[in-house]
Amino acid sequence: MNTNRKNVVMALRFQSIEKAFFGVRVLKGISFELKLGKTLGLVGENGAGKSTLMNILGGNLQPDAGTIRLWDEPFDPHSPKDAEKMGIAFVHQELNLFGNLSIAENLFISRFPTSGGLIKRKSIITRTQEVLKQVGLDLSPHLQVDRLSAGERQLVEIAKALNRNAKLIILDEPTTSLTDREGEHLFDILGRLREQGITLIYISHALEEVLRLSDEVVVLRDGEVVSTGPVEDYNQARMISIMVGRSIDQLFPKRNHKPEEAVVLQAKRLCRKGVLKDAGFALRRKEVLGISGLMGSGRTELARIVFGLDPVDSGEMILNGVSIIKRSSAERIEAGMAFLTEDRRAEGLFMEASIEDNMTLVCASRWARGPLAWLDQKKLIVGVREYREAVKLTAGARNEQAVKTLSGGNQQKVVFAKWLLNKPEIIILDEPTRGIDVGAKYEVYSLINQLTEQGAAVLVISSELEELIGICDRILTMRQGEITAEFDQVDFDREKILRAALH
Amino acid sequence: MNRRLGLFILNNAPLVLFAIVFLVLGFASDRFLEWQNLVNIGVQSSSIAIVAIGMTFVLLIAGVDLSVGSVMFVAVAVAGKMIFNGQPIWLSFLAAIVVGIVAGAINAFFVTRMKVVAFIVTLAMLFFARGFGLWITQTRAMNMPDTVTSIGTGSLFGVPVPVLLLLVVCAVAHVTLTRTPLGRQIYAIGHDPEGARKAGIQVNRIIFAIYVICGACAALSGLVALTQTGAVSPSFGDKKEFAAIAAAVLGGTSLFGGRGNVLPGTLMGAILIQTVENGLVILNANPYLYPIVTSLIILLAVLLDSVRSRLLEKLHKRSIRIEEEWLSRSDSP
Repeated sequence: MNTNRKNVVMALRFQSIEKAFFGVRVLKGISFELKLGKTLGLVGENGAGKSTLMNILGGNLQPDAGTIRLWDEPFDPHSPKDAEKMGIAFVHQELNLFGNLSIAENLFISRFPTSGGLIKRKSIITRTQEVLKQVGLDLSPHLQVDRLSAGERQLVEIAKALNRNAKLIILDEPTTSLTDREGEHLFDILGRLREQGITLIYISHALEEVLRLSDEVVVLRDGEVVSTGPVEDYNQARMISIMVGRSIDQLFPKRNHKPEEAVVLQAKRLCRKGVLKDAGFALRRKEVLGISGLMGSGRTELARIVFGLDPVDSGEMILNGVSIIKRSSAERIEAGMAFLTEDRRAEGLFMEASIEDNMTLVCASRWARGPLAWLDQKKLIVGVREYREAVKLTAGARNEQAVKTLSGGNQQKVVFAKWLLNKPEIIILDEPTRGIDVGAKYEVYSLINQLTEQGAAVLVISSELEELIGICDRILTMRQGEITAEFDQVDFDREKILRAALH
Repeated sequence: MNRRLGLFILNNAPLVLFAIVFLVLGFASDRFLEWQNLVNIGVQSSSIAIVAIGMTFVLLIAGVDLSVGSVMFVAVAVAGKMIFNGQPIWLSFLAAIVVGIVAGAINAFFVTRMKVVAFIVTLAMLFFARGFGLWITQTRAMNMPDTVTSIGTGSLFGVPVPVLLLLVVCAVAHVTLTRTPLGRQIYAIGHDPEGARKAGIQVNRIIFAIYVICGACAALSGLVALTQTGAVSPSFGDKKEFAAIAAAVLGGTSLFGGRGNVLPGTLMGAILIQTVENGLVILNANPYLYPIVTSLIILLAVLLDSVRSRLLEKLHKRSIRIEEEWLSRSDSP
């Protein structure tokens, strides 16, 4: 490796990188550099070109023009293997682990050490134990990855990078599926890696994380570098305004109405062995009620039980004065409930199906006509158009377009539209803004506002406490299947709520 | 305790079924448990077990090979033709294996290079290979000389040759799947082909190899059957693709890839199917019952398997135990 005059080695330098897909320019001459051992925070809205750029660096895509220098040498990767050889590891947002294999096998999957054609099992186990210790995981290398929690998997993915002696690790949205505590643990590990001189590129929508972890910041917008500099030059508000190209006064829209006294949904002493213990709450008209808790605290399970997806051992649920505890999910939908699941890709949408088909899924029967229940296509399209506008779905997308081609934010809007078509009275949101960008988040919050204003009651689960504090009238905390505390808006205090969720 | 027993049964559904079938048949007939009969079952299973082992490889990457029955036929047709024309047996057998490899390679080419769905490619090969075999044999049956059948009835170290062959294939396949990089990468591809590609695994090359392995296994399986029946008939190997898939599925292999094994899975599946048939013969059951009973057993095995997957998923996913462990770990100083 060469060194320059100041005796600092450049880890990475992009020079006028261009990339287009089907004639659409996604990267328009990206240039920036990163010093050895530094951490770069790469931010930008969905579609700004972050992933494309990183895929080029990781060897998954080839640029149309421009050059890359890595460790002060020209670098032109044609496959992930090329990048790996040069010490680059890419920890993708969707983790690249094989659930049917053990941790050790995942670490070595692309290059097992062998002797006489057979895998050297002892040596991979020992090595796995070493790197697991480095990332603070106390697990058996034989454990099947399917059994691990999201946080543990993230750390296994980093262990994988360390195992390859990666010197540049790209992390794409590493904390989206982690709880606060798991996130803290991850940051500790990343701090340790920096001390060892590993260069990091950190991509995240969570700007406070970027501010906390990075040395340098690069902001992308529409395929261009719009701002770059040391992290000291930035704060959240500035980053957001650069990212979106306009200033957002605040992260959360103002609320102009108060919840009413009338209780629409009451859950009493819901119990399920090993999952929920005496969980109860009352949800009022026009109220946004938040549930805070760690992943696995029972919050998603509570939502699923309230919506009737999972069985319950005992307890009572009353919707507008009528007991619904025995009702199925389909009947609860009929009664005015809606549920946006935490995993929109797997549970909320049919990724291959069109926007239109996804939107009309819940209440297709509304347009059914005649004895054969044929769909009235004309009216259906009118309805679809109305609700597309209501959720502010991007105008660029056609109704027939497959949902998988949309950005995360627009996908989430399709899920919203699907449920709103049914005019729900009670809306349960499980991580409604996971993995979507700042602009889209704001729109989701506005939508929640608008819905409650029109009389709906919203139950929202989120790992982001700031988000709950920003949008809720009341917050409940859950821990190990129990509701541990309740906070009214006037008492919202980050620390107190966290404490109630943790202890 | 009950729950544990239930889990054990679910986790080992094929094994439990196997034991039940064995016990039932053992009680129903004295002859069933005779040593000679058990050896017979082993010999009769060997052909189908070998082709099922090849099929297991294909199923593990979420593929399918419908052409194995026809490949068995065309391979032995070539071998039979050569033996008829006075070629040495070893050379003819070698040629049969080569035919299997070539058929597998053609399948592999269309699947990996032309990106045609395996179902369609191998369906086409099913008709093509059958047709080609019928053409070179002029749809006439060929009876093999005794030297060929003596291989099938012979023994080495006291073990019948077909069983010996099966054991070798089984051992090689098992070691390949569990102990070699190729084997573990096959499981990775079955779980997530795109992820495997990203991880730097040579996905296409491995898929290619798998179809070749399956073709070779089919040819070998054909030869084993040939040494037992001593004749190449136009219906040789007919519908064996279903028996092969059934054996693999019965042994716990998933049609969606990434899950399954040769030992004990597929081996047991193949033997189980043969055992049921053998038992029904011994019991003098109506021959029309055979496929009905076999299909019911397969259905039962698959049913148990899906119940098991669902239960296990529930146990692992929707419990808060994992998080508690995690908490206590990070809490400790």
